[in-house]
Amino acid sequence: MNRSRRAFLKLAGTTGLALSIGLIRVGQAIAAVWNKTGFESKVTADALKTLGVSGAAPNKDIVITAPDIAENGAQVPVTVTSKIPNTQSISVIADKNPFPLTSTFDFSNGAEGYVSTKIKMGQTSNVIAVVKADGKFFTASKEVKVTIGGCGG
Amino acid sequence: MAEPMKIRAKMEGDAADVKVLMSHPMETGQRKNEKGELVPVHFIQSVIATHNGKTVLDAQWSQAIARNPFLGFRVKGAKPGDKITISWIDNAGDKSSIDTTVAAS
Repeated sequence: MNRSRRAFLKLAGTTGLALSIGLIRVGQAIAAVWNKTGFESKVTADALKTLGVSGAAPNKDIVITAPDIAENGAQVPVTVTSKIPNTQSISVIADKNPFPLTSTFDFSNGAEGYVSTKIKMGQTSNVIAVVKADGKFFTASKEVKVTIGGCGG
Repeated sequence: MAEPMKIRAKMEGDAADVKVLMSHPMETGQRKNEKGELVPVHFIQSVIATHNGKTVLDAQWSQAIARNPFLGFRVKGAKPGDKITISWIDNAGDKSSIDTTVAAS
């Protein structure tokens, strides 16, 4: 076995591996990389930095629908609607949670700037929505009073 | 934790309104069991929705999304009969997916 044959086999092996990974992924959408630093940030300002946000402007075209008082912090319904043109993403932050950033939703191919989910809230806090539209950031917030926190228990 | 999901997609105006209910404990890592031991953190990290194979929503979640997560979103330009697929993966590498066709309003 000469050296060039060995090099060829090595190359073939590597290519084969790459191809098989490619095959596994066919038919599956590839997710954005999970924002570990953002989700593990303990204060909102740090989480915002990981999203690339600096100085998001308050905007009335963002509507947060959430209860004024949530009896159960383990299930707080939150809906965010952004009427800002070309809304690319919405992030939902529970400001006083141990880890404030709860979620980021990236929209593409016709998805509207709208998302509805349920979050956990440890205590009464502002729920902050951060919207990215045309590469710029906008924000809105709404206070939700929490009777029973939903993080431990 | 690959238990069944529920999904519904229905036309509302010029958009498909999609509602999904996933089955997952979404453990925060802060809850204690009956023995007083912390239950390990276990939650869905990524959810992808596609419309006829094209990604329309790419969501990243923390453990602060509520147990048995609810997700609602809208796809403009969708038509009755179009295919909507949802897939998720959690921090333990467990996965699940479901699809449906858009119903007329």
